[in-house]
Amino acid sequence: MMIDWQPMLLSLKLAGVTTVILLIIGTPVAWWLSQSRAWYKQGIEAVVALPLVLPPTVIGFYLLLMLGPQGPVGQLTQSLGIGTLPFTFAGLVVASVFYSLPFAVQPIQNAFEAMGRRPLEVAATLRASPLDRFVTIALPLARRGLLTASVLTFAHTIGEFGVILMIGGNIPGETRVLSIAIYDHVETLEYAQAHVMSAVMIVVAFSILFALYLINGRLNRGGHL
Amino acid sequence: MTNGIELQLSQELGTFQLDVTLSLPGRGITALYGHSGSGKTSLLRCIAGLEKSSGRLMIGEETWQDHNYFLPVHERPLAYVFQEASLFTHLSVRKNLEYGLKRIPLRARRIEFNQAVEWLGLERMLDRDPEQLSGGERQRVAIARALLSSPEVLLMDEPLSALDHRSKQEILPYLENLHQILEIPVIYVTHSPDEVARLADHLVVLNEGKVVADGPLGETLSNVQTPISLGDQTGVVIEATLEERNPEWHLALAGFAGGGLWVPDIGIPADESLRLRVLARDVSIALEPHSDTSILNILPGQVTDIVEDEHPAVMLVRVTTGDTETTPFIARLTARSVQTLGLDVGMSVWIQVKSVAVIE
Repeated sequence: MMIDWQPMLLSLKLAGVTTVILLIIGTPVAWWLSQSRAWYKQGIEAVVALPLVLPPTVIGFYLLLMLGPQGPVGQLTQSLGIGTLPFTFAGLVVASVFYSLPFAVQPIQNAFEAMGRRPLEVAATLRASPLDRFVTIALPLARRGLLTASVLTFAHTIGEFGVILMIGGNIPGETRVLSIAIYDHVETLEYAQAHVMSAVMIVVAFSILFALYLINGRLNRGGHL
Repeated sequence: MTNGIELQLSQELGTFQLDVTLSLPGRGITALYGHSGSGKTSLLRCIAGLEKSSGRLMIGEETWQDHNYFLPVHERPLAYVFQEASLFTHLSVRKNLEYGLKRIPLRARRIEFNQAVEWLGLERMLDRDPEQLSGGERQRVAIARALLSSPEVLLMDEPLSALDHRSKQEILPYLENLHQILEIPVIYVTHSPDEVARLADHLVVLNEGKVVADGPLGETLSNVQTPISLGDQTGVVIEATLEERNPEWHLALAGFAGGGLWVPDIGIPADESLRLRVLARDVSIALEPHSDTSILNILPGQVTDIVEDEHPAVMLVRVTTGDTETTPFIARLTARSVQTLGLDVGMSVWIQVKSVAVIE
């Protein structure tokens, strides 16, 4: 039995890249949401949470239109000479970032909110500038939220199916990620290959979650990472 | 250093209006006293810049706030001790202490790390985490952390109110010491008359966002005309010195302008000043100096004010002892006694002091 490991590697790569990008984008968004008293704050929160309730195919469909040759983003990318994003790895990353956004933003926002204003006020009276306070107080105090966000984003991206099918299709080495490969194997009645891949997925998912809970347990007892 | 604090601040929060004009001394502890909701914490937060207010704020020569100028909190050379210690839980005690210290330029450092650690007795807890400390220990760390940023003004927001009685007694001596060591003004928010009596040099009383009394402690406490509403705790604080000891009866005579009071000799040091607290409920008035009484301290004086207390049955009578330099006392009497004795302003009377507390 030949097992093609490429889809698995591609899934891990996609999840890794998405997690890094979402931590970079999601942290400032979460910070803004936790501190803002703007009237449109709830609107932004709703937009961030949309992927939780929308069917993946809806997200995939609109992303396809936006990124496609006729869409506004597609025209922009074409004029920049990058071509169009659908059916490329980069397109998958863009789609995953949208799809997993709430899984990154919400845990971090909760962590910032749980911290309250007091530690930041104390730091301000000890001469720390706003950026200094964010880096030396807010981020370390929100470390559990950041950890949860990373793991959830990673795991959620690995499990993606609908969005990927809509925007990436099934191009080996480019967009044929694990979930698509397993689906293919089942479609063609190659149950043995589907079994191996699925079992590996279960082991990987369990290991990630187990590690998360272990680390969380340590942080809970006041330990340091 | 600082030559005093001049402020004129106002703030509107819903129906609550803070409107305060004050001139505070550049040394010593100023107590901001008032009931909850009187605006004392809001005023402190406005001084720190943690809350926006309109008006002016000058610390010595420096302007912190003016009608078109607002110095951000982290650029104000102040330190703030909050009601709860609010230590950074992700940092050890040592790192907490160093947080402010590291952020001020070397030349601005006036308090050394080891000095603050010694003052507040933190030697043995430096490498622990905040969670491992008791409430009182945490607040001591918070005070040391504040001092280590070498502030020009120290703001304290009811630093003892979240603590149990034992922790309070543990910290009070440290605060009294700071008094001697620090050359900066301290603004201390409290609703405890006891803390006012023990710590304050200057007293500001707030009520519903307005200043109702303001002045040196002794003067302000003995002013019966303004409603300070200390209730049961109404009384005076007297600065005194040890004049003689009576080893036979274990008594010491604490002298002050216009008289002296015998107090239990609890090992009072010979050359330090004493702070005595005499509550109005422990002072009674007689027209003659009685010798057939158990009361030890009987002083001659003159009635200067008679006002009604919070309840119509009770009156406060202010009596000063001494001729040129005088010391005021307040006696709490029933309105009926005031009438029976025929008390009036200007009358010569004898005050009988039933109990004196030596608080420093």
